Amino acid sequence: MVSHCLCKRPPTSARGQQQESHGDLRSLSSSLFIIILHFLYEVMAVHGPVVKIHPVVLASIVDSYERRNEGASRVIGTLLGTTDKHSVEVTNCFSVPHNESEDEVAVDMEFAKNMYELHKKVSPSEVIIGWYATGYDITEHSVLIHEYYSREAPSPIHLTVDTALQSNKMNIRAYVSSQMGVPGKTVGVMFTPLTVKYIYYDTERIGVDLLHRTRASASRTNGLTTDLAQVASAAGRVQEMLSTVLSYIEDVLSGKVMADNSVGRFLMDLVNKVPKITAEDFESMLNSNINDLLMVTYLANLTQAQIALNEKLVVL
Amino acid sequence: MASRKESAASGSNPLDTPVKQIQIDGLVVLKIIKHYQEEGQGSEVVQGVLLGLVVEDRLEITNCFPFPQHTEDDVEFDEVQYQMEMMRSLRHVNIDHLHVGWYQSTYYGSFVSRALLDSQFSYQHAIEESVVLIYDPIKTAQGSLCLKAYRLTPKLMEICKEKDFSPEGLKKACIGYEHMFEEVPIVIKNSHLINVLLLDLQEKSTVADKHELLNLSSSNHLEKSLQLLMDRMDDMSQDIGKYNTYCRNLSKQQQQKQQYLQRRQQENAQRQSRGEPPLPEEDISKMFKPPQAPARMDTLLIAGTRGVNGRCSPSIKRLFLPA
Repeated sequence: MVSHCLCKRPPTSARGQQQESHGDLRSLSSSLFIIILHFLYEVMAVHGPVVKIHPVVLASIVDSYERRNEGASRVIGTLLGTTDKHSVEVTNCFSVPHNESEDEVAVDMEFAKNMYELHKKVSPSEVIIGWYATGYDITEHSVLIHEYYSREAPSPIHLTVDTALQSNKMNIRAYVSSQMGVPGKTVGVMFTPLTVKYIYYDTERIGVDLLHRTRASASRTNGLTTDLAQVASAAGRVQEMLSTVLSYIEDVLSGKVMADNSVGRFLMDLVNKVPKITAEDFESMLNSNINDLLMVTYLANLTQAQIALNEKLVVL
Repeated sequence: MASRKESAASGSNPLDTPVKQIQIDGLVVLKIIKHYQEEGQGSEVVQGVLLGLVVEDRLEITNCFPFPQHTEDDVEFDEVQYQMEMMRSLRHVNIDHLHVGWYQSTYYGSFVSRALLDSQFSYQHAIEESVVLIYDPIKTAQGSLCLKAYRLTPKLMEICKEKDFSPEGLKKACIGYEHMFEEVPIVIKNSHLINVLLLDLQEKSTVADKHELLNLSSSNHLEKSLQLLMDRMDDMSQDIGKYNTYCRNLSKQQQQKQQYLQRRQQENAQRQSRGEPPLPEEDISKMFKPPQAPARMDTLLIAGTRGVNGRCSPSIKRLFLPA
């Protein structure tokens, strides 16, 4: 979190200074975010590696659940991704056809192997790191399937996505298996839960934000918005954050809420972020930037008109 | 919402296309973004196939899968085989296995190339309703998802079919650079379950910490776009120069032909007066071979790359906010 507050590289020219001041405006909003985060963050403490999931994987799982065969109550599939010392990053998945009945379960392993080979051709860095299943509970069949997957990957992760929405929420949980039982006698398998985090690439986050907007429309559709609307909504968001912070500060000043030192430090960072430029300098920078952009637009329009003229003359 | 769709549709030519609107699942958007992010950093272009179905006049894209990169040392890799296997496997899990198009990422808007034209032509020839989705990762990183769908206009399809890229052929069809591709409006659709998922994600995940949309310093992108535009202009002026020399050669040749004909006639008249048989009328066209007409298709393609305008407008809007 602290890394977001770091300043940009020192300016090398007037142009660079202009850029830096504009970049600082952006990191200003990022420090605003951090203050908000401090209010809202909640922590789950568990052992084992942290599982970081990309939204692509979850959307894929939900989609394959929606397309399941008649009579199948749940869907299973393979998870692909990368691992490192403390975390597992799940970046891709594909579903595997399987049949489940009361006392037996059959998984199409050939299919799984084939698909993994095909996927490897596209992204050679992804490996099998586990498997997923939709549904709330972990059944006995899961143990068998988990055993199969533990042959493919060391300590595979088992992910459950509750698509039946049993608890009015899509519980997304991850487990890793460990042996349990009395040594020498029957040995069982216990699934221990892991922390699940969602991570996004920057562009992914923008995509997900766009998808969020489909919730608002009744027909569940949404066109791609225009530039101006997006800039307006981003500005609105920053404004909201500012008002939240301001109301907190007023509460502290009037004594309603205890002052928190760490929040105070963040606030000081925020205020320090505002670059110390005089108003005239700022205005002149802004104007020169606008002039540049207008010139480029003019040139682009000019070339467009020229090309159009050329076309018409040729066709004559 | 509906009115915006109509106004977007009227922006492109209201031709009798079989596809008036494209409906994309959220999953496809996420997959395309992920594919570029993971595999596309080095090379310029990542490609993949779109799967879906056609419903009335809408093209629904429900899934997609990426194509591996082409490397020189991968000689035995068979694209068709990969595609066939992928589709066969996807059919097992009830994913729509109908090809409806393909997608490609672009670098600053320079996606209009001969290769794109050929691929899209072969797709559209085989499947009437196919589209090419162009994903612009740089513009998306600047704050707003930039995904556009293009099809070839019927005029262009005809020209590609006849492979007649000479100036006469293009003149006959009256194709300007605006009539090459038509843009189809895109709508994103999510199922209810995915909406639930999104709600869940929003609660659990941390707030975005970078608002790229409000970033005022976009000058390096602008520089690169301008540079690309200048390169294109250079290419175009070279092409135009070639065309001009061709025109000049053609007119010179016409003049020579006329002179030759006249001389012939005079000689024939003289011979007749002398009683000798007239010289045979030689095949004029064999003597004067018409100079090669340069393919105008490339010029058209170059003219099609004009993305600088779109890049300027959000920056200008951003700057006017504090003003």
